[in-house]
Amino acid sequence: MAEFFINGFLVFLLAVIAIVAIQSIKVFSTVMLAGAYSLISAIIFVSLDAVDVAFTEAAVGAGLSTVLYIAAMKHLPKREKVVNDNTFFALVVCLVVGCLLVWASFDLPQIGDPMAPIHQHVGPYYITNTKTDMGIPNLVTGVLASYRGYDTLGETVVIFTAGLGVLLLLGDGRNNRDENE
Amino acid sequence: MFELSLCICGLASVICLWRVALGPTAYDRVLAVNAVGSLVIIGITLHGFFMDRPEFIDIAILYALINFIGTIAILKLFTQNKEKKN
Repeated sequence: MAEFFINGFLVFLLAVIAIVAIQSIKVFSTVMLAGAYSLISAIIFVSLDAVDVAFTEAAVGAGLSTVLYIAAMKHLPKREKVVNDNTFFALVVCLVVGCLLVWASFDLPQIGDPMAPIHQHVGPYYITNTKTDMGIPNLVTGVLASYRGYDTLGETVVIFTAGLGVLLLLGDGRNNRDENE
Repeated sequence: MFELSLCICGLASVICLWRVALGPTAYDRVLAVNAVGSLVIIGITLHGFFMDRPEFIDIAILYALINFIGTIAILKLFTQNKEKKN
């Protein structure tokens, strides 16, 4: 029961932050609210026992993306442009898609149900063999770094290439500007 | 005891978020987000003890580090902007 109240309160906070972030005109306050949003959602992940996801959310959501937003903000105007277009159609699309997703979520198995299909595939193999294969107690690390090691290596290569591409395209932002001026 | 502490943490984070939303200057907002981060660290630790799983403290420590890096990055932007104006 206490967990229900904690999670409910956290989701309520998230909703409030999201609404305020949409309403605010200053870009800086939106960035700050996005940082607070991902901090609060990291607590929700901890509360749902998804500690590894919470790690990623805190590192990428609260740390890295705030820094990236701030870096991008240097090249942007300080205030949002107020758009008065008719957004009724977009609202309808959002509501329909949201209702479809909520409807689809009724087919999901119960949280923590050991008979759920996701726990029947390779999960039992990992649970029984990680200790003997790798000699480490952490299953998540065992799966990511050894059973799916090539997968992780590929992801790292993709992210590294993307970062290199961005750096090559943008440069460090100093030399190019001097030549233009 | 933990329940009361969690409630106080929640209340304090609401007040801080209010300051993030309204804060007249950017410095108020930075300080308030930093305070929210600190409250999140306390909240995770308390939540761990409340649910009898206090092994999540290392995550709280990680959050403390990330919170610090984020604040430093934002403040660095401020100093850069000031140097440009001067």
